[in-house]
Formats: sequence, structure tokens, C-alpha cells
Amino acid sequence: MTEQTTPSAPPKMAARHVNVFYGDKQAIRDVSIEIDNDHVIAFIGPSGCGKSTFLRTLNRMNDTVAGARVEGDITLDGENIYDPSMDVVQLRARVGMVFQKPNPFPKSIYDNIAYGPRIHGLANSKADLDVIVESALRRAGLWDEVKDRLKDSGTALSGGQQQRLCIGRAIAVEPEVILMDEPCSALDPIATAKIEELIHELRGRYAIAIVTHNMQQAARVSQRTAFFHLGTLVEYGVTSEIFTNPREDRTKDYITGRYG
Amino acid sequence: MSGTAITILIIGLGLIAWLSARARALRLAHAGRASPPSAPSPAPEARPRGPLLHSLPSYHGWYAAIWVAVPALLFLTVWTSLMPGLVTDRVLQDPAAATLPQDAFSRGAILSEGRAIAQGKAAAAFDPRSNAFVEPYREAQRFYSIGGGVIALLLAFAGGAYAFTRIRPDFRARTRVERLVMLGLLIASLIAIITTVGIVASLLWESIRFFSLVNPVDFLFGTKWSPQSAALGYGNENAFGAVPLFWGTIFIGAIIAMAVAIPLGLMSAIYLTQYARPAARKWLKPILEVLAGVPTVVYGYFAALTIAPAMRDFAVSIGISSASSESALAAGLVMGVMIIPFVSSMADDSISSVPQAMRDGSLAMGATTSETIRQVLLPAALPGVVGGVLLAVSRAIGETMIVVMAAGLAANLTLNPFASVTTVTTQIVQLLTGDQEFDSAKTLAAFALGLVLFIVTLLLNIVALQVVKRYREAYE
Repeated sequence: MTEQTTPSAPPKMAARHVNVFYGDKQAIRDVSIEIDNDHVIAFIGPSGCGKSTFLRTLNRMNDTVAGARVEGDITLDGENIYDPSMDVVQLRARVGMVFQKPNPFPKSIYDNIAYGPRIHGLANSKADLDVIVESALRRAGLWDEVKDRLKDSGTALSGGQQQRLCIGRAIAVEPEVILMDEPCSALDPIATAKIEELIHELRGRYAIAIVTHNMQQAARVSQRTAFFHLGTLVEYGVTSEIFTNPREDRTKDYITGRYG
Repeated sequence: MSGTAITILIIGLGLIAWLSARARALRLAHAGRASPPSAPSPAPEARPRGPLLHSLPSYHGWYAAIWVAVPALLFLTVWTSLMPGLVTDRVLQDPAAATLPQDAFSRGAILSEGRAIAQGKAAAAFDPRSNAFVEPYREAQRFYSIGGGVIALLLAFAGGAYAFTRIRPDFRARTRVERLVMLGLLIASLIAIITTVGIVASLLWESIRFFSLVNPVDFLFGTKWSPQSAALGYGNENAFGAVPLFWGTIFIGAIIAMAVAIPLGLMSAIYLTQYARPAARKWLKPILEVLAGVPTVVYGYFAALTIAPAMRDFAVSIGISSASSESALAAGLVMGVMIIPFVSSMADDSISSVPQAMRDGSLAMGATTSETIRQVLLPAALPGVVGGVLLAVSRAIGETMIVVMAAGLAANLTLNPFASVTTVTTQIVQLLTGDQEFDSAKTLAAFALGLVLFIVTLLLNIVALQVVKRYREAYE
């Protein structure tokens, strides 16, 4: 079921011939890829291969880096996100992001989740907001752990809880795509397992792209895998095939631990 | 022989000691290494480390040099401070001293004239009786300076000899020298602390004298300040009520100046950290910081000559006829401008030390830059900003030149910013620059004011540093 996308429906997000430069240095070379609702896509590759850079071009977070420049087309529902008419605030509300290190705001748990809905005006009343916060925390799998202490500071939670809080924060604005940049690299195995479980539950509802260093994680959580090396997309396909029968020697070497 | 010559001589001896002790240590090391293993050495296993030096030769050099120079120079320092007393004692034993008049004043005059001629500082005697003391002075000077020089040199040689006898391969010269270096550093840091303690003690001492003349309650809570009337003999009651001064200080330094400095400083910090391109920041930040380098007296001119008249004209034009040409507003505004770089750079530091991850997190939620600043960066940076503001207040209330030049001297207890008010620092200047005798209540009041100012700024600084520290811990 995950193998076939209906040919008529356009992909949620598509990148075509994307190049990214930091000043004179080219970080991404001619990458084309599609991201869709019904699967999780994992970006793997050795450090410095450009997978995080590519992820950050998808919600224009690279705009905040001085000297960064993007060429090529990236579309969200067929609309070019680098078009001057695209409002970056709107874009980021539709394409949420979870970072490598949990980064809850130094506010209460409630205010962390309510942050996005408030700035985007999603709730008309306190009651509305309460509903949004509760459902986001439930979907992030955190509600039962924090429902009695919503007023406590978000930074007082454990690392794994903080990361789930950040996922909940991203979900609260009802995005269409969620980008995760090595979301488990700062977490212990138990917290990691919880996040992976959460990714399974979120699949289908959101298009999810996850950058990971951990091959087993990529195999566990994704249905598509893209292997990056030195700024190029080496291989892209169904996860099970990439891991069992890679077409490229470089992919095989990386997956078998020959380098990286 | 003069003190300078002796000092140079001792330093020279120290150098020689350094060189020869080092050479001796080197020779010991070589001798140890050169001795063939087959030579009839008494018991090789008795000295398991062999004749290798414990410390590098230069440490032995330093050890000897310190022993030569430090005791001798210390002695010389003490000797020079004791010598004038010793010389005078010796002169007074001279038969000529019997002819001195009994009253202390002319006695002292004659003696110091004799000494000045003996030292070549004066050419001829004004009082002929002084001439009798020139020769005894010369003789006494010569006696003690030669004596001191000889003792210093003896000390240097004794120290050198002691150090030399201790140079052996296993002597731990490095440990000794390092300990001495540490001692020197400790003394250097203690000097600053001891000076501070001395300042506080003198302030306290004079304040206690003041409070023996004026009731502290009247001083701290009285509302009438007219030290001049006390000086004119109308009594100390009701002349030293410092509340108008405290109010003026707070009004100018903590209210008007901060009303200018906090918004402007904060906004410029936000612009510089969040909006300015790196190129703009590179230029604007140093220019802003130049403001901090302008001498306060220049701000004072500006306040008194430009801002104060403009404020008066403005007040008159909106119908306040009582406006003074020296106003709280003029002084406060200029002081606020002076404080801007202070607030701005503290705010800059605390905003930029909020982790980039916070900013990214907020931007990735679709927040605009200004939403991110208001809702995430500023709340996170707030303790640092508050600490910076408190430090700025403590600077503002201690500031003197601007208020002396622009705020005026009238101790008015008023809320009208166009009226002339006075501050603690202005009054201290006023009280101490008169020709009053030093132990009058009027002069001593300056110390009491200084003490209050000191305590307030000290408390502000402690609180500010605590706040800043706690904030730093939160992110590291």
C-alpha cells in the first residue's frame, strides 16, 4: 500500500534540481525528491553530507543563515515555496520542524504548546486553546505524564519529554509536513523508542521527513529512504530495498558500515 | 652613598647571583652526568635519582637572586622611612640643640631649615640660628645612609651565601620559587582589597563624627537641607535633612535617566542583535560604544549649555513660567544618553546568549522575528537585562559631573522635572570645595552622604550580579 502513490495526486512536497550554497561553497547538488503523506521518508548519510541542510531548505530555515542561497524548485501542494509571493510565516505554519536538541521555550508546558496557536490566531477563546493543547499533548503521547502540571516549566521535563513537547508544539498548529532533524540523537534508548512509536502514529496524518544518523532507526521508522553523500542524492527508494538490495556501491558501503 | 646607587648595586648583585647560581647548578648537573659508572662511587644505590637536578638551573638562579635582592631591598625600604626620625634624634643630641628655643613652632622651623640646607634644597638660611644645624645634619645623614647601605649590602651577601650553600642537585628550588611567585600575586591582589577596606573605614570614621553632631534620623528622614545655615551658626537641627538630595538623585538617575536609557538601549540592542546585517553591526556597535568613552564633563557641558536652555524654553512655551535654567530633566536626559551604551551592551550580551535553538524553534513555528523577540528572546534574556539595568542605575546615581553642571544646587523636594533639584554627588562636591574648617558638621556631612551612596550602589551591584549570575547558570 505504501509502495504505490496514486499517479493523479500531486506529491505533498517536491524538490526538483535543488542546489544550496553557503557563500561560495555548494552544500547541495542537484537534488530531486518527493515527500508524501502516506510515508515517512528518512534522510541518511555521513556527517556533513548535506542531509540537514536539505531538510532546512524545505521550510526555509536556511533563510536565517547569512549567505545561504537556494536554487531550483521546491513545491508544497504545487506552489513554489521560494516564490516571492510565498509568506514564510505561512509556510512554516504548514511545514513544522523538530530539532536535534530539544528546545522548549523557557515557558510553562501549556504556553509551549499554545505558542503556535496563539501567534497564528487558531483559538478564539481560552476553552478553544485548552482543547488544542490537550489534543496536541495527547497526540505527542505526553498528556498523561504532564496533565497535572501544565503550569510547570517546559525546561524542567526530562530530555525525552522535552522532545515530545517540541513535537506536540509543532503538531499544535496543524501542519501538513513535519521535518525532524535527528530528533533522537540527544535521547536515551527508552526515550528514543517512545519518539519512534510516536512517528508511527503520526504517519498518514502528516507527511514526515526525518534526518537520522542511526541506520536501524531509519529502517524502523521510514518507508522511503534517501541516501546523501557529499551534497548529492546518491540513492532514493523504498526503505526495505535500500537496506537489503542497494543499487549503488556507495550506499552499500555506508549501510554495511564500511565508512561514515 | 645614595639610596638609588645602593638599590642598583643590590639589583646588580642579584643578577650576579642569578648567573653564578645557575652556573653552579649546571656544573653539578654535568658533574653528575659525566661521572663514569665504573668510578669508585660510594654507594650508587643510595642516591637512586642520581645527581640529576630536581629543578632546572634557572630556578636555582632565581632562588639565589631572590635571596640576595629581596631581604636587602625590603630592609632599604624600611630604613628610608625610618631614617628622617633617626637623623633628627642624632641632631638633637648635638650640643647646638641646647640653644634651640623651647616653643615647638620655631624649633621645628629652625631644624627643617637646617635640614634643607644640608640636603642642598635651600641655598642660605633665613634664620641665622639654622646655620648651627647644617653641619650636624650633614654628619647625621652621612652616618645613617652609609650605615644603612652597609647593612643592606651585608644582608645581600648573607642571603646570597645562604642560598649558595643550599644549591644541591636534590634541592627543590622550583617549589620555593613558585611559592614565592604565588605570594607576590597574593600580595598584589590583597593591596586592592585592603585599599577598599581603608576607603570604607575612612568613610565610616568621618560619618561617625558627623552623626555625633547630627542625629542620623534627622539626616536620613529630614526634608530640609541647608548646610549653609548650619555653617553660619544657626545650629545643626533641621539643616541636614537629606531626603531632598535622595529624591533628586533618584529622580534624575533612576527615573528620568532610565526612562531614556532603558527603551533606547534595549531597542538598539534588539536591532543590533536581531535585525542589523553583520556589516551594519560591525560599524554601529563600536560607534554606540564610543558614547561610553565620552568624558562625563563633556556630557556636562552639553547638558548645561544646550539641553538645559532648550528645556527651559520648551517649558516656558507650554506655559510653565517657573521653569529654571537648571532642571532635573536636562541632567536626567543627558545622563540617560550617557547610560545607553551601558544598557545596550548588557542587553546585547544577554540576548545573544539565548541559545540559537530557541530562536530557531520559534521561527520554525512560523513566528515572525518580532514575535520571536517579544515572546521568546526577551523573556529568556530578562534576568540579564534587569541585571544590566541595575548596574546602570548604580552608575547613574554615582555620576557627578553632569548633575553638578546641569541639575543645580537648590535642594527642592519636587516632582516637577523642569525645576532645579540637587543630588547627593552634587552636594558632596559643594560641601568639600568650600573653605570651611574640616571638622564642621557641614564638611563632615559629605562623608555621611558618601557613605549612603556607597551602601546603595554596593547593594545594587550585589543584587545585579546575583541576578546576572543566576541567569548565566540557566543556559550553561
